[in-house]
Amino acid sequence: MTKVNGKTEAVTGLNIAEIVEKFGYNPARVAVELNGNIVPKAKYAETVAGENDVIEIVSFVGGG
Amino acid sequence: MIPSKEEFFNGLAAKHGLELQKKFAAASAAICGAGGLGSNIAIALARAGVGRLKIIDFDKIEITNLNRQQYFADQIGLFKAEALKENLSKIAPYCEVTAETVKITEENVTELLKGFPIVCEAFDKAEAKAMLVNAVLENMPETYLVSGSGMASLNSANLIKTRKITDKFYLCGDMESDVDAGNGLFGSRVLVCAAHQAHTILRIIAGEFEA
Repeated sequence: MTKVNGKTEAVTGLNIAEIVEKFGYNPARVAVELNGNIVPKAKYAETVAGENDVIEIVSFVGGG
Repeated sequence: MIPSKEEFFNGLAAKHGLELQKKFAAASAAICGAGGLGSNIAIALARAGVGRLKIIDFDKIEITNLNRQQYFADQIGLFKAEALKENLSKIAPYCEVTAETVKITEENVTELLKGFPIVCEAFDKAEAKAMLVNAVLENMPETYLVSGSGMASLNSANLIKTRKITDKFYLCGDMESDVDAGNGLFGSRVLVCAAHQAHTILRIIAGEFEA
């Protein structure tokens, strides 16, 4: 199963854009790593989560 | 009377150890944003004896900044990058500081950060943070990146942590308290996050890569 932010999630077969949307994140505020590598923003739609993939979605919040 | 460069180095080496101080003196970092995070991070790194800093910020100092940002009352209205360079020159006169008053965009980011092995994200807007982090991770894979997210609110300071997200990407903060959700920004809590970021940078320079 695919893991998202440390938890097993039913997202295998979805692309990164769909996964970001599924979890309710604002795409303008995220950085997404797939198996430890950044997924370029331009490749969200074509990058599909595989069976053993580990995805980390970092969603930034304001303040500094 | 300001001590000599050698006296400064020896004073720091007495606190940090000679070998580590040589590493700090030879190191350089670029700090993106000179607000609550960036101004405090820059001062911590300069005080530690980091040799070269680049400060990038497009904004001017406002009265609402003074609860957490390292500026003086008579600097209101000045550009932050220049004012911080001035303040750093009084704290650490031998730290080589360049200040750029420019807005960092996807177009200019690689050029602005070229030559800096460590980049610190210290913006305030979530979208700007995401833009910089994506740009550095996509285009500068050899660069260490230390970012801050989640330091608003009066929640416990203990919730602020450093996480290692990928091989060269560290994220400091509580990851969730959003200033856009109506949380206040308290200098003490912003400083905790800034200290995490500055400390992570010193650890990277020292060759300690765990979060």
